Amino acid sequence: MKNFAELFTQLDQTTKTLKKVAALVDFFERANDEDRLWAIAILSHRRPKRTVKTSLMRVWAAELAGVPLWLFEESYHVVGDLAETIALVLPPPTTRHDASLSDWIAVIKSLEKQEDALKKEVVVKAWEGMAYPERFVFNKLITGGFRVGVSQKLMMRALAQFEGQEENSIAHRLMGNWTPDNTTYEELIRSENPLDDVSRPYPFYLAYALESEPATLGDPANWQVERKWDGIRGQVIVREGNLFVWSRGEELVTDKFPEYHHLADLLPDGTVIDGEILPYKAGQPLTFNVLQTRIGRKNVTKKILESAPVVLMCYDLLELEGEDLRTRPLQQRRKLLEKVVKENPSEVLLLSEVIQFSEWEQTAEERANSRQHLSEGLMIKKLDSSYRSGRKKGDWWKWKIDPLTIDAVMIYAQQGHGRRANLYTDYTFAVWNDEELVPFTKAYSGLTDKEFNKITAWVRKNTKERFGPVRSVKPELVFEIAFEGINASSRHKSGVALRFPRMLRWRTDKKIEEANTLADLKSMLELYG
Amino acid sequence: MKHKSSTDLLQFTPKGIWCPPADVYIDPWRPVKKAMITHGHADHSRYGHRSYLASTTAGPAIKYRLGDINLQTINFGEKINVNGVQFSFHPAGHILGSAQIRVEHKGEVWVASGDYKLEDDGLAEAFEPVKCHTFITESTFGLPVYDWQPQEAVFADINDWWRKNAAEGKVSFITGYSLGKAQRILQGLDSSIGKIYTHGAVENINEVMRLQGIPLPDTIRVTGDISSKDYPTNLVLAPPSALNSAWMKKFKPISIAIASGWMTLRGARRRKAVERGFVLSDHVDWKDLNKAIEATEASRVIVTHGYTSIYTKYLLELGLDAEAAQTEFTGESIDEDDTPSDEKDTTL
Repeated sequence: MKNFAELFTQLDQTTKTLKKVAALVDFFERANDEDRLWAIAILSHRRPKRTVKTSLMRVWAAELAGVPLWLFEESYHVVGDLAETIALVLPPPTTRHDASLSDWIAVIKSLEKQEDALKKEVVVKAWEGMAYPERFVFNKLITGGFRVGVSQKLMMRALAQFEGQEENSIAHRLMGNWTPDNTTYEELIRSENPLDDVSRPYPFYLAYALESEPATLGDPANWQVERKWDGIRGQVIVREGNLFVWSRGEELVTDKFPEYHHLADLLPDGTVIDGEILPYKAGQPLTFNVLQTRIGRKNVTKKILESAPVVLMCYDLLELEGEDLRTRPLQQRRKLLEKVVKENPSEVLLLSEVIQFSEWEQTAEERANSRQHLSEGLMIKKLDSSYRSGRKKGDWWKWKIDPLTIDAVMIYAQQGHGRRANLYTDYTFAVWNDEELVPFTKAYSGLTDKEFNKITAWVRKNTKERFGPVRSVKPELVFEIAFEGINASSRHKSGVALRFPRMLRWRTDKKIEEANTLADLKSMLELYG
Repeated sequence: MKHKSSTDLLQFTPKGIWCPPADVYIDPWRPVKKAMITHGHADHSRYGHRSYLASTTAGPAIKYRLGDINLQTINFGEKINVNGVQFSFHPAGHILGSAQIRVEHKGEVWVASGDYKLEDDGLAEAFEPVKCHTFITESTFGLPVYDWQPQEAVFADINDWWRKNAAEGKVSFITGYSLGKAQRILQGLDSSIGKIYTHGAVENINEVMRLQGIPLPDTIRVTGDISSKDYPTNLVLAPPSALNSAWMKKFKPISIAIASGWMTLRGARRRKAVERGFVLSDHVDWKDLNKAIEATEASRVIVTHGYTSIYTKYLLELGLDAEAAQTEFTGESIDEDDTPSDEKDTTL
C-alpha cells in the first residue's frame, strides 16, 4: 500500500507527463504481479465493489476525530472529496501497517456480508495504522471515483514502457471484460495471444475537434466526409457465433439492445463494426433524449422497443474473417464495410452515408443543414488513414455545428468538487416568465479559473439564503448558455431539458432585464425539439 | 450583523471595530481619527486614518507600506490610557510585531486578536495567551481538516524539494506573501543548497526588517542585469501575485511551489497546477484555534473572518456565548497576497 500511496503522491505532485510516466514505471518495477494488476484495474476504472456505506464511514470518522457529524459534513462541503475529508480529520496514526495494495483490497472485499460493527472495527483499525496518503488511497478504494491526475492513456504508456510492448497492444489487452478476479497479470499482459477473449473490443479511434476551416486540410480529394450522428458510439463484435456490443465507455451493453441480437447469426464470425447506436424510426433518427431514457431503464420492454428502436449506423470495419484491418487505409476498410453491409442485409445495419463533394465550400453547406438531419455536424476523415487507438490528431476531425444559445440569469450557486472544491462553480440558471425567474438548467463548465474565482467572491458577498451547500444569490449575473439540443420535459418546472448545457461566456455587459424568456425557450423547443 | 447590546466595550460598526468610551478603532476599514493596528497586512492596516498606533516591531513595515502617516508605536505589555480605557498590545505570533489588543474598562476585559498563530516561528514574537471576558477571533482555518505540521518538518520538505531541483538543474520558484511568510520561509531555507533570489516586493520588506536588526539569510534582488543562466539550481522567493506572471517566465527550467495553509486541500493544489504545495500558514489551525480560545477563559467569543458561521455554531454547542461578526478582513487568500498593487512586478 505504501508503494501505491507513494505513486499516488508523486502523480499528484507533478503536472508533467514525463514525470508521471516515470513514477508509474517505477511503481510497476517495484510492485508484485498482484499489485500491478490491481493498480492497472484501478487506473482503468475497475474498482472493487463497494462493501462499506459511505454514510457509515462519515460517522466513524467524525467520532474518531472527536467532532460533531454536522461539522464533519460542513468540512466535506469545503474539501469537496469524502475520502480526502476523512483522511484529513482523523487523528495521527498510532501504529504502521505493512500490508500491500492487494492485501487491503482483499480486506475490503471480505467485508461485503459482514455486520456493521465488524466493518467499523476493521476500517478503524486500518485507519489507525496509516499516514495521510495511505488513508486517502484506502478511502478511495472504498468510495470509488479514483481520479489521480493520470489518464488511462498514461498508465498504458508506462506499462508499455515497462513491458517493452507497443502501446497499442497494451491498449488492446486492457480492453474488454476482465477484472482482477478473473485474470492474472501474467495472463492479461504477457500471454501470447491476447485475443483469447472473444468479447474483446478494439480501442476506439476518437477524433479531435476541427478548430479552423476545413480548407486548411488541403486537397478535398484526400478526404471522406460523413455526418456525425448523435447516439452512442459503439462496437459490434461477432466472434464464434456470439454477439458483443460495446459502448465507447468500455461498457458491455449487449443486453440493452435486443435489436442487434440476430446479428450473431447474420454476420460472419470474426466481424467487428464500429458505428453509432442510434435511435431511429420511420427512416429518420430520433433525438438523443429518446436513447437516454431507454438506457436509464433496467429492463428493455416491448414498449421501449417500439418507441425508441435503435439501428447501427456503420462507420468502419475493424475486423473481417478474424483479420485485424486497422492498419489498412480507410478507403479499403470502407469498401469492405459496404460489402459486408450489402451482403448481410438487416434493417438495423445502416451504412453511414459518404457526402460527395469537390470543394470544401460544399461541406460548409452540408454542415449548415445538420440540424435538419438531426445530426451534430460532420466527420472528416483522411482516406488513407489507419484506425488508430484513442484520441489522435491529424487524420480524423469532427466539425460540429455551433451550439444553440440563450442568455440566462444565475440564481443558485454550489461549490464544486475535486480541483474546484471551495469554489462556486455549479450554477442554476433561470429565464423570465413575466416578472418571475424560472430555473431551467444547471451548468458547470465553460468559464476560466479566473472567472470562477471572481464569481466565487461575488457569490460570498451576494448570498441571499443557504440550503446546505447551495446558496441562492441575488439575481444580477447574466451568462450565455450554450447547448446541443432541447427537449420537452415534464420533470422540469420550465418544461424543457437541455442537452450538454454549458456557459459560453459571462455577459458582464448585460443586465438581468436583457436575459431571454421562457417563451424564447419554448420557441426553440418547437424549432429544434 | 448582530449588536448584542450598545454597551459592548468593542462594537462592530461600518467603519471597523470601535471602542466608544475611547473613540478608538481597531484595524478600521474606513478612515477614522484614532486607529490601533494589529499588524501591517493590507486588510488590517489601511490608508487614511488621522493617527495610528502599532507595536514597536510592527511599526517599520506599516510605515514603509503606508508612507507618511502619523504613527506612534508601543512596546508589548506597555499600557496606554485613553479616556479611562486601558489598552495594551500583546504578541499574536502571526508575523513580526503582530499584536492582540487588550482593552480594559471598568473591570471588563476584551481582546481583539487580529490574525494569530500559536506556533513560535522564531521570527514573530511568540503568541501570548491573554485572559479576557470577551475574545474576538479569526477563523481563517477554523475547520477540523486543517492540522499543521511543525514548521521544521515543512522546511525539511521545502529544502528537499530545492535540493532535488538543484540536482536536476532547475530553478526552485516558491511563493509566500511578502510581509511575514516570505521571511519565515527565508529563515527555514538551507542556504548551503544555493543562492536565494527575491522578488522586489519581498526584498523591500527584507530590507525593512534587516534595518530593524532582524537577521535574515543573504538574498539577491532579481533585476534585469542578472543573466537568466544564473537562476538554475538556485531558489526564487516571490509573492503569490508573481505566479504565472510575465516576470516568472524568465526562470527556466522551473519547478513551482506555493507555501500556504490552503495547500492542505488537494483541490486547491490541483487548481493552482503547481508542482508542490507546502502547508505553511501564519494562522492557527483547528486544534490551536480551540486551544487559544480555551486559554483566554473568555465566556464570550466573537468570530470574524474565515469559516465564521460554522465555527460560531461549534462554539455555541460547546456552551460558549458565541456570535459571528461581519468585518472586511480577508485572512489568508489563496489567490492574492498582501502586496499593495503599486509594489507588484517592480523589477524585471
